[in-house]
Amino acid sequence: MTEYLAVLIFIFAGIGIVLFTFLLSRLLRPINPYHEKNINYECAENPIGTSWVKFNNRFYIFALIFVIFDVEVVFLFPWAVVFGQLGLYALVEMVIFIGILFFGIFYAWRKGALKWV
Amino acid sequence: MNLIPIVAVELQPIFAWIYRWLEGLGLQGTLLTVVVYAGLGVMVFGVLAVLALFLVWWERKIAGHMQQRFGPMRNGWHGWYQTMMDGLKLLQKEDVLVDTRDKVVFFWAPVICFVAAFLAYVVMPFGDGLIVADLNVGILYIMAVTTFTVISLLMAGWGSNNKYALLGGMRSAAQVVSYEVPMVASILTVILFTGSLSMVDIVESQSGLVFNWFVFRLPFGPVAFMIYITAATAEANRTPFDIPEAEQELVAGFNVEYSGMKFAMFFLAEFVNMFTVSAIAVTLFFGGWQGWEFIPSWIWFLGKTFMVVLLLMLFRWTYPRLRVDQLMEFAWKILIPIAFVNLIVAGWMKYAGWYW
Repeated sequence: MTEYLAVLIFIFAGIGIVLFTFLLSRLLRPINPYHEKNINYECAENPIGTSWVKFNNRFYIFALIFVIFDVEVVFLFPWAVVFGQLGLYALVEMVIFIGILFFGIFYAWRKGALKWV
Repeated sequence: MNLIPIVAVELQPIFAWIYRWLEGLGLQGTLLTVVVYAGLGVMVFGVLAVLALFLVWWERKIAGHMQQRFGPMRNGWHGWYQTMMDGLKLLQKEDVLVDTRDKVVFFWAPVICFVAAFLAYVVMPFGDGLIVADLNVGILYIMAVTTFTVISLLMAGWGSNNKYALLGGMRSAAQVVSYEVPMVASILTVILFTGSLSMVDIVESQSGLVFNWFVFRLPFGPVAFMIYITAATAEANRTPFDIPEAEQELVAGFNVEYSGMKFAMFFLAEFVNMFTVSAIAVTLFFGGWQGWEFIPSWIWFLGKTFMVVLLLMLFRWTYPRLRVDQLMEFAWKILIPIAFVNLIVAGWMKYAGWYW
């Protein structure tokens, strides 16, 4: 398990390096904030309202379809690793599995869920 | 043919010497491991910083020459230390913070963006034996870790409280998750033939000369590679798939409100990501660090990776940007069916033994 220690240490090392450069920049840079400077950028207009509003639900539909396919991919990884030992049986099973999912994507396609409006 | 052996530094003895020196200091057990990995982390960061500086300069030169101008010319020979000067300038820039931002999310977004890009290098085989840790889930780990970039872009968009930024972040999330699926499907065709997820095993199963590389050995290797490189261009948010930061419509997308060192981190992470996807392409399809013996393996790796990076740069300055609806429909209606059909055909050929 010592290899996975490397991942943990890299996470902390990465965060540390970034925070260090932020600190370095904090020591070097000028600090002169005032209200006009800190307004949101909106092409030189005063921003109207907040931007934390309801959003186009297309993104949500694509995220849902993605979750299905990502789970499929998670199942495909172990299948691909041991495929050499399993042979035809595994191949046919996986074709059926992918086929069912593709039936789903064609259904979504026909229903217009893949269309970006 | 008269081959002149290139005298270059083999790096393994240096690392071995440093390790022995650390042991000589009296470090033992877990402490030694921690110190070694932390040192490697700093070293990898140094390499990545130099690479990113070089890639930014190279990209600007290529852009310049493709548009019949010179690109940076003032600082040194053909402007070679231009990007260093840019970095120094960014370091001294004031950090303009929007009053209405979400403070925590705004601050941590660039950190997560960089760390996600940085973590991929734990399992990146830079050369023969030059790997930080050979995890047995190598390529799966890279896919899992680099996806955190999406979260950081969403955080940047949300935290800025800016309409352009939010739209950029949302688009980026939709795009990256859509292209994740064909990318993984094309990677799976390689894994079918190696039977291992470890990056070192993938490279070593391509030993030998050019025709043992997977791009030639797989039944439809070029198809898999083209699917991979298309999806990878989208994953790295580069033109023609750069709608998250489309300058003409979203000004700069998710990083509109970022300035100074925080912006620099996003910029660095973008170029590191570009190098990561190219390095994965080289590892999976072009034999990684394999090559003729008289050139050290890490030079092979870097050289091949720079060729793939060059390809990505030529894409960027050749093709116009896709519209958002074209982009999503291209991923779901064309790329994903091709990728999965390719996977099934590759599985059949592996079963039937129609490969070498």
